[in-house]
Amino acid sequence: MTTVATVTVVGASLAGLHAARGLRSQGYDGRLVIVGEERHRPYDRPPLSKEFLTGEFPTGDGDPGEGPGRLALTDPEEEAELDAEWLLGVRAEALDTAAGEIRLAGGRTLRTDGVVIATGATPRTLPFPHPAGVHTLRTLDDAIRLRAALRAGAARVVVIGAGFIGAEVASSCAALGLDVTVVEAAPLPLVPQLGEEMARVCAALHARGGVTLLCGAGVAGLRGGGRVTGVELADGRVLPADVVVVGVGVRPAAGWLEGSGLALDDGVRCDQGCVTALPNVVAVGDVARLAQPGTARTVRAEHWTSGMLQGAVAARNLLAGSTVEPFEALPCFWSDQYGARIQYAGRRAPGDTVRVLEGDPADGGGFLAVYERDGMPTAALGIDRPRPFTRLRRELARAPQPAGR
Amino acid sequence: MIPVCRIEDLPEGESVRVEAGDATAAIAVFHTDGAYYAIDDTCSHQDASLSEGWLEGCYVECPLHAALFDLRSGEPTCLPARQPVRTHAVTVVDGMLYVHPAAHTVPGEPARTAPEEAVA
Ligand SMILES: Cc1cc2nc3c(=O)[nH]c(=O)nc-3n(C[C@H](O)[C@H](O)[C@H](O)COP(=O)(O)OP(=O)(O)OC[C@H]3O[C@@H](n4cnc5c(N)ncnc54)[C@H](O)[C@@H]3O)c2cc1C
Ligand code: FES
Repeated sequence: MTTVATVTVVGASLAGLHAARGLRSQGYDGRLVIVGEERHRPYDRPPLSKEFLTGEFPTGDGDPGEGPGRLALTDPEEEAELDAEWLLGVRAEALDTAAGEIRLAGGRTLRTDGVVIATGATPRTLPFPHPAGVHTLRTLDDAIRLRAALRAGAARVVVIGAGFIGAEVASSCAALGLDVTVVEAAPLPLVPQLGEEMARVCAALHARGGVTLLCGAGVAGLRGGGRVTGVELADGRVLPADVVVVGVGVRPAAGWLEGSGLALDDGVRCDQGCVTALPNVVAVGDVARLAQPGTARTVRAEHWTSGMLQGAVAARNLLAGSTVEPFEALPCFWSDQYGARIQYAGRRAPGDTVRVLEGDPADGGGFLAVYERDGMPTAALGIDRPRPFTRLRRELARAPQPAGR
Repeated sequence: MIPVCRIEDLPEGESVRVEAGDATAAIAVFHTDGAYYAIDDTCSHQDASLSEGWLEGCYVECPLHAALFDLRSGEPTCLPARQPVRTHAVTVVDGMLYVHPAAHTVPGEPARTAPEEAVA
């Protein structure tokens, strides 16, 4: 950028905060504005479906009056160093790239030279009305509501969707001693992420936690007038429920950019360095869809690590005025379910074979597996094998990837 | 002073977690780079066990989000961790490894025993 007087980060969460950190650590000393729709300072989402729900955090943490508590991603000292203007509880409604303006809820506009789009994603919902007692989980406020509902005498919980969030919520509810059923439309959950063999292993964790997993079960409706009483399946069965959690994936929060002229395609399209068609507009985190060099493919990652790491890369490219650094980190995620810590890294493609290197997936004691294509490792999956998993992850990060990935 | 293990049971490149009793959090003891180091086992970022981390010279990489800690000072060298972990002195007496939980150490302050002295 030639003259950068103001950079505005839209989305005050993991990716936006790391972009702001990146800007400052790379010497940007102009005006920095951070706009966030939530009333909270940046906080960490992964614990929301895990320790936060089960109550392993000391009481008071993350409660309404007290802010994010232990979940906070910043502290006062760091906030002072960031020297940003925080506009919290304020939604950005439109971006006018020609005028260099962001329109905020309430009609106010912000003049800006650079923009970091970090608006994340919002949960998908079911195509029928959600009565009271039906929850989605993305924000701290969602988690506070769900936690309260689970503690208010709920006995039966139905989780719709057996992806990572659904599985974690089910595991947390089981840990609270509730009767939990997970409903999944696909014949087996997590196949796109893990492939059939390993998906089967992860699906089996539900049984270990005493949770019923119903696969191939479509949801036809939600029962209950004012409050939900059950989930009606496509085959006519009705599962009684006091609380229903809908975990059927997310869609990128890019609706506010319609009309901005930016390319939107299940996320904000950008090059491999998080830069959009405009050199002064970058996108990071769950909302960003990055080009993959050498292929026609684009990828949008919904993982914590990508959100954290893209910030620094995007900041550098924004300040440079062009893509001087691509985002190349290996995709990685983890999940905690039923006392097991699942870790994954790499780029598995359909058809890759999987080989268990350590442990036995059948005995429940954890294992380490590697995915391979043409004899080359493409990804790693570990359950309760943090150390050898890290070794494999580091090898993968160094290894040349098969062509076309 | 807490006995850890015999030195031959902690070869170079290995680590062990020791429970330090009610008052003190678990401690991770490492043998790396020709010395022994001890730090609080729980990562200051979240709840991962640093004794399960990846050793590289006198640094350990957290197994969960890959923050890197300098074993000499307990300071993180990269995000997401921002707070140091406490360091603890290690001594070797008659081939036996001991940690001295630094109950009063300010987090991030170097251990009182220099790592070189700690090596038998
Ligand atoms: C419950 C839960 C558990 C998870 N567990 C794991 C896990 O175990 N491992 C893992 O790898 N990942 C996990 N994730 C995913 C990880 O949290 C996300 O990848 C990460 O939060 C993405 O960061 P982000 O900053 O891109 O988006 P977000 O964290 O979604 O932040 C976007 C922010 O932008 C704000 N915003 C949206 N639109 C606007 C607007 N128009 N104006 C102003 N502000 C706006 C939102 O309010 C939000 O605060 C989990 C996510 C959830 C929800
Ligand atoms: S728990 Fe160690 S870096 Fe997050």
